[in-house]
Amino acid sequence: MQALKLFILMTFFAGLTACGGNKDSQPKTAPGVQTEASPSTGNYDPNRGEGKFSSENLTLDAALNDSMADAGEKIANVKCTSCHKLTDEKLVGPGWKGVTSRRTPHWIMNFITNPDPMINQDPELQAQLELCLVRMPNQSLTEDDARNILEFMRKNDGIK
Amino acid sequence: MKTNKFLILITIVMSVVVFGCKPKNASTSIKGDSTVKSYVAPGQYDEFYNFVSGGFSGQLSVYGLPSGRLFRVIPVFSADPEKGWGYSEESKPMLNTSHGFVPWDDCHHPELSQTNGEVDGKWIFVNGNNTPRLARIDLKTFKTAEIIELPNSAGNHSSPFGTENSEYIVAGTRFSVPPDYTNGDVPIDTYKKNFKGHISFVSIDKNSGAMNIAFQLRTPGIDFDLARCGRAKSHGWFFFSCYNSEQANTLLEVNASQNDKDFIMAVNWKKAEEYLKEGKGVKEKVKYAHNVWDDKTHSATSTIMDEVTVLDASALKDICYFIPCPKSPHGCDVDPTGEYIVGSGKLAAVLPVFSFDKLMKAIENKAFDGDYEGIPVVKYEEALYGEVKKPGLGPLHTEFDGNGFAYTSFFVSSEVVKWNVKDLAVVDRVPTFYSVGHLCVPGGNTRKPFGKYMIAYNKITKDRYLPTGPELTQSAQLYDISGEKMQMILDFPTIGEPHYAQAAPASLIMNNGQLKIYSIEENQNPYVTKGEAESKVVREGNKVHVYMTSVRSHFAPDNIEGIKEGDEVYFHVTNLEQDWDVPHGFAIKGANTAELLIMPGETSTVKWIAEKPGMFPMYCTDFCSALHQEMQGYVRVSPKGSNVPISFHVGKAPEPEKVTQ
Repeated sequence: MQALKLFILMTFFAGLTACGGNKDSQPKTAPGVQTEASPSTGNYDPNRGEGKFSSENLTLDAALNDSMADAGEKIANVKCTSCHKLTDEKLVGPGWKGVTSRRTPHWIMNFITNPDPMINQDPELQAQLELCLVRMPNQSLTEDDARNILEFMRKNDGIK
Repeated sequence: MKTNKFLILITIVMSVVVFGCKPKNASTSIKGDSTVKSYVAPGQYDEFYNFVSGGFSGQLSVYGLPSGRLFRVIPVFSADPEKGWGYSEESKPMLNTSHGFVPWDDCHHPELSQTNGEVDGKWIFVNGNNTPRLARIDLKTFKTAEIIELPNSAGNHSSPFGTENSEYIVAGTRFSVPPDYTNGDVPIDTYKKNFKGHISFVSIDKNSGAMNIAFQLRTPGIDFDLARCGRAKSHGWFFFSCYNSEQANTLLEVNASQNDKDFIMAVNWKKAEEYLKEGKGVKEKVKYAHNVWDDKTHSATSTIMDEVTVLDASALKDICYFIPCPKSPHGCDVDPTGEYIVGSGKLAAVLPVFSFDKLMKAIENKAFDGDYEGIPVVKYEEALYGEVKKPGLGPLHTEFDGNGFAYTSFFVSSEVVKWNVKDLAVVDRVPTFYSVGHLCVPGGNTRKPFGKYMIAYNKITKDRYLPTGPELTQSAQLYDISGEKMQMILDFPTIGEPHYAQAAPASLIMNNGQLKIYSIEENQNPYVTKGEAESKVVREGNKVHVYMTSVRSHFAPDNIEGIKEGDEVYFHVTNLEQDWDVPHGFAIKGANTAELLIMPGETSTVKWIAEKPGMFPMYCTDFCSALHQEMQGYVRVSPKGSNVPISFHVGKAPEPEKVTQ
């Protein structure tokens, strides 16, 4: 019985698609709502990443901002350090030691606020995923949170 | 027989295929494409949400239309071990009642909140029939946010129907009983003397949705079945179908079917509000539970209330009027204009349609046929607009489209009949498979029905699906009503027993501010663990509190020692994730409760008794990452009196880490 139904359906669709150029005869799916399209892989810049931040809109002082670093440490303890150690040792994800010299500040800010599209495109992040096997989650950081965490990472890397 | 049908179908389909390439218009293409109409391609969204009551499962199910795909079963009145509902310490108070913890109910009718007579996508209300309760579900979280018990009631069937701005959700008692504020220990055959009906008017806070029993109407001892509010011109009125005007207390099947007519009770609730303001309400001593969920503490509180204000509908004039309605009416439905009120007498051969204008005139002219226990009975002819003649057998319930048509379900003859509200002529009928109860047209109980689809909810499926032992699935059948003729386009199984259902456009719910995560910063659960550094194990006598975190993919701590036989261990698990669709589960061997299912940013607690010494594994139950299978740990239980100290860790016993300066 099911096979019969399937046959009918298949014949039916075959009939519809047979009409080629006539757009009106395509099966109409009733819904009007489109699901999210997958992110485009266009001009991805591996030094900048993808997101709001760039070298133009993110400038850092040479000296450390202590209060920002302290705020960053508090957020990191809730949202980050379950998976990242402050040394160079890998836990779930890589250790944070040295991250501010390996990556540009705006790349870090983009990645921690917009991880999914970057994991999908960034060759180094894809290589990292093969090692860690866990995608870095989006922890819903605000821009201020992200900036403070960056400052904490700089402190962790010895900036004073 | 079946083979023949299929041959015919194949012939039709083949002819469509053969002639499919010719230019065609809507009328020729409509017939063969019924399956295509309900087809939603993989990755595409449905057009409507369909909220379907789960009947004796006590829950509310959520389907997509037109696909009939099941998205979610929202636990409401019944404990649900899958989601920890009624098992986690935080959710237990939601199922508290004046009778104690009641982990089951019978859920019949969903009602979407409205603003200006249109669906607004904020909340959906459902009734608990058995231990009378009313629940509010938040449509941003798809979670039960509030449950209020209804005193003086038994069988909350005539519920939850709302007014045009959800000023009130009503709850009419199915059984009349001796009120809670009187002695209920009376002979059953003193029904006529001691039994009363009560209808609760539960006010809804416009912003928070908070429920409060504003007042109850005390009525003669009859049974209330269904109800609808007036709308537009009839806003301010409510209409309730009533049966058992015979006031029988045994073999109602026969004894409550004696009278030629029962009633639709028209209630002027604006008038009731005036009496309330004048202080005509009597405060009566009762007991009922009011349970509220808090999205910040991720916990429920249950408060036992002890008073309700009662208005006497027989003594206080001009609140209630009875309209005679043939034979045990079930549906009592008001059309989008608010002018026509359709009574569906289950045992009647006609479908009476009452006119609101005529009713108002009849009341003004006192065109009454005496009274029923002090409540005026309006003359049938004086309120009647007309009757739909010979519509079918066993009319139950009517919904409306936006084009002047009504759709009435017929239980006995298993069909849906479409008729014109103005001239009362039947224009189409379609079979259902089988024994249809309620119908749903999206927005079909509002000023602005969305039309397009009509869904019939069937009690019996017999031979429609693969057999599954003595109990078979219930079902819904989807009809396209955009054309002149109704066309069945899908048949899908449902959970529990689908009584009533409502539907709303997907965009209205999707864009209502859907919550994706609970913010960890705003988590105010007293046992929250904000970060692994705060995780700990604390002993308080024979109670042990484990402050635990979960993140892809480990718990902290995941090794716990020093638990002793007989300890009550509370695992307070905080999900540190802040990303959509990443719940973690928590289960521990031997737990006689259930698992926890913890949403991102939420804290949830399961109580576990360490029954005997040994090693007890725990793990995450909800697949969370490639290393989900590794998300596990151990709890060591030692004998009573042993001197193993409390200790805990994750990873190596950690050296304190310091930021290098």
